[in-house]
Amino acid sequence: MGKKQVLTVAGRYDKVKKICEFVAEGARQAGLNEDAVFHVELCCDEASTNIIEHAYGAENVGQITISYQASEERFTITLHDNGRTFNPEEVPPPPPLPDSIDGLAPPEPSELFFDNLQIGGLGVHFIRSLMDEVHFDFSKQHGNTLTMVKYISSEAQP
Amino acid sequence: MSEEKNMLQIELESMKRVDLVTVAGRIDSSNAGELEKTLSGIIGSGRFNIILELSQLTYMSSAGLRAIVSTLRECKKRFGDLRLAAPSERVTEVLDLAGLMPLFEIYEDTTAAVGSF
Repeated sequence: MGKKQVLTVAGRYDKVKKICEFVAEGARQAGLNEDAVFHVELCCDEASTNIIEHAYGAENVGQITISYQASEERFTITLHDNGRTFNPEEVPPPPPLPDSIDGLAPPEPSELFFDNLQIGGLGVHFIRSLMDEVHFDFSKQHGNTLTMVKYISSEAQP
Repeated sequence: MSEEKNMLQIELESMKRVDLVTVAGRIDSSNAGELEKTLSGIIGSGRFNIILELSQLTYMSSAGLRAIVSTLRECKKRFGDLRLAAPSERVTEVLDLAGLMPLFEIYEDTTAAVGSF
């Protein structure tokens, strides 16, 4: 098991890239390929953005602590905050598109489709789709912790 | 990845029937507002046919996607459209992951996209 690396930043959107770079570097060192590194980066971006947007409700309200640790088979990332409980598991997936017929123009989605898309949690959908394991723990005392695992042996799979 | 590649660059070219917006670099929640501002500026000026050239856009999170989809919605409301030209591999992957590929007409280059209007 590799040494756990930890970074704490202010909960601001301009820190999201720093979080991504920190984790991406660790993912590369752990042996993930560039596709998997991109997936890890995207998921950390979405998770950090959700913390600022939903758990803290605004920028500069609290800090985000991110850590990663690699073993031979698993790359494990945790994101911790002290904001309101935001449980990604309760966020519904994006709405399905209207049926389209091959060869014809793209479907015309309804207004409701777009409304649902805004609140539907695309970021959470990305995390669920791209990571192999996702856990969420929250407590009033210790705050929120999101744990995401990417399997190193199955990195070719999303 | 170099710092230059990480920076968001947006160029706007107004043509006779369409506005071409070339977006390069990286879009995340820190700068998606810049793209949204450019696109809503086009809508605000009464032009509703937009092409996004995305061949040099190396990274896009859902924040960028939301800006693009909300502009598509505004264009469609006014009988216009937002079409994509040469989206990079990463952008295509994000669109596909979100299940939103069918929403867009996608062209291999700007010439084809401009000609489609």
